[in-house]
Amino acid sequence: MSEQNQSIPPVKKAAGRKKVELDPRLIAYKGVWVFIEHERGEVHSVSWELLGEGRKLADMLGVELAGVVMAAPGESGARFCQEAGFYGADLCYLIEDPVLSDYRNEPFTKGLTDLVNQYQPEILLLGATTLGRDLAGSVATTLQTGLTADCTGLTIDPENRSLAATRPTFGGSLLCTILTLNYRPQMATVRPRVMPTPIPAPDTHRTMRIIPHTLGMVETDIISKVLQFIPDNTQNKAQLPFADIIVAGGRGLKNADNFKLVWNLAKVLGAEVGASRPVVQAGWVDTDRQVGQSGKTVRPKLYIAAGISGAVQHRVGMEDSDVIIAINNDPNAPIFDFATYGIVGNAMQILPALTEAFRQNLAAARLAS
Amino acid sequence: MHIVVCIKQVPDSSQIRVHPVTNTIMRQGVPAIINPYDLLALEEALRLKDCIAGTTVTVLTMGPPQAEDALRKALSFGADHAILVTDRAFAGADTLATSYAIAAAIRQIEKKEPVDLVFAGKQTIDGDTAQVGPGVAKRLNLNLLTYVSKIASLDLDKREIIIHRRAEGGVQVIQTQIPCLITMLEGSNEMRFASMDNMFRAARHPLQIWNKDAAGIEDPAKIGLKGSPTVVSKVFAPHAKTIKAEQIDVERKTSKEIATAMLSKLFREHPKLHAEIAKLAG
Ligand SMILES: Cc1cc2nc3c(=O)[nH]c(=O)nc-3n(C[C@H](O)[C@H](O)[C@H](O)COP(=O)(O)OP(=O)(O)OC[C@H]3O[C@@H](n4cnc5c(N)ncnc54)[C@H](O)[C@@H]3O)c2cc1C
Repeated sequence: MSEQNQSIPPVKKAAGRKKVELDPRLIAYKGVWVFIEHERGEVHSVSWELLGEGRKLADMLGVELAGVVMAAPGESGARFCQEAGFYGADLCYLIEDPVLSDYRNEPFTKGLTDLVNQYQPEILLLGATTLGRDLAGSVATTLQTGLTADCTGLTIDPENRSLAATRPTFGGSLLCTILTLNYRPQMATVRPRVMPTPIPAPDTHRTMRIIPHTLGMVETDIISKVLQFIPDNTQNKAQLPFADIIVAGGRGLKNADNFKLVWNLAKVLGAEVGASRPVVQAGWVDTDRQVGQSGKTVRPKLYIAAGISGAVQHRVGMEDSDVIIAINNDPNAPIFDFATYGIVGNAMQILPALTEAFRQNLAAARLAS
Repeated sequence: MHIVVCIKQVPDSSQIRVHPVTNTIMRQGVPAIINPYDLLALEEALRLKDCIAGTTVTVLTMGPPQAEDALRKALSFGADHAILVTDRAFAGADTLATSYAIAAAIRQIEKKEPVDLVFAGKQTIDGDTAQVGPGVAKRLNLNLLTYVSKIASLDLDKREIIIHRRAEGGVQVIQTQIPCLITMLEGSNEMRFASMDNMFRAARHPLQIWNKDAAGIEDPAKIGLKGSPTVVSKVFAPHAKTIKAEQIDVERKTSKEIATAMLSKLFREHPKLHAEIAKLAG
């Protein structure tokens, strides 16, 4: 199924179409919207990240930033709207209806599509979560508009006042910037943790306007039924996206037994354990510990990478870490091109030594305090 | 039962290199493969064929003439029929234009034999947008089931299907009606090996090759570059600036000395990190 030429340069053609007069029917589309995703009483962090980004876009355009909340009554929809205000939204559209209690494609697509048709935003952003991707694809097709998925950068193209969405292509080997000309709204999804979380300002003097809307659908209209929801066991689940420290291991560790050295260091540091894809594929650790393009995006304060080459697909998931320490026995490993500190050496020896050094250092610090 | 599986031929992106000066993709010698996520879709379809007698599996791809290889590969795994939708007019299609063309082709397939299930890859490794599947479902008015990890039951008489799908924070068990469009979650199955018989059959099997008219495209303005709302304005290599890591001196040092040097450097240059770690380590 071909998005092929989105990624291979029809660059020249696009450049030829650079300045485009907006269809007069589309001029009415104004404002930046963020779909606010929530689950079990909490808003998904990606929605706040998007509001932070959406605020900048709205300010560049000189328009309002709106949140869209869809929830069942009793799911604190109004509270989510207020919170959205703290993160920069000027107003929120709120649809409350019992059929929205679990995510299902049909009612959410209808609700969001109807809102767009009625209130006409120029930009609509969603998180690239399982929910956001499912919904965005359906909404974009229904509205017959463009959608740029998994963006890593959003800005406004000054020439056309349009959204310039940058995304990795060819497995992260290249980036491309995509414009949606002459279709509205311009839609984009962004993966969690790619954008920084803005700091909420609860004492803002902004007055949050909530615009209620009705869904106009009843349960019997909907073919799909949610029979059951089996929550993930969060007890011993990896919480990589928000970890402050991550110790990660790669294929250079050779086997599952050596990978224990990674766990040992993580334990001393109170850190999460991450891994490159081959490690996950070999079954040394669970899938939810994979860092990278097809795994998690992380932005810890410290990322220690042992026996990881630093392939671009791994890099895109962790390069926003504040400090990166790389341990690799190959002085030419690509990871040394972007790590903060490099140690050329055998991870099987360096990891235990680091573990011991941290242990002693922390014990001394504890004694001192 | 009749199942259509949508696949795409992609360059093996793990082998793609970017030319350091021109920033263009160096495709020479990069093998073309079936998009790995599509293999999950195909395998799941073949498993249904294994357990439900009288099931046929049709693979459908849109792409250049060379995409024939991907179809033959799919046949060798056990698919029954293969259709290649190929036309210069499709070039430059983005996801919206792609889902338009694929939906049209599936309608065409339906004229011969009704379709009960459509499978598509969760996403492709060269585009990664994960939206062609949802787009096709919407256009054909199929119930959409994305990120499916398991087909729990399928009742052809009641035309009812129950699946498990990955949602944020858990797994949803969903019941819906067929026809529906399913995309599979990675790790939910593993592609079988091609049998000798199927390999021989695949080599000889006639493919159906459809141009845009045969694929039933009604509105040529909706396909290819013309039908694509999104345009690529710029392609560039990431990380133009590389900051070389500061190397810890390892010359004739023991691991212990190296570790100590690393720690003192780290905590000297990032004093806040020390407090942070002390807090986490408890
Ligand atoms: C579509 C696609 C998506 C992908 N998504 C991801 C993803 O999300 N995450 C991901 O990580 N990868 C992903 N990959 C895979 C990626 O391209 C690389 O293959 C992978 O990251 C390599 O993992 P690695 O660094 O552990 O292994 P290798 O590349 O094999 O590197 C091992 C490293 O260990 C070093 N080493 C060996 N022995 C020692 C030793 N004794 N001590 C210290 N160092 C040693 C070697 O010098 C080498 O640098 C993806 C690929 C594709 C095509």
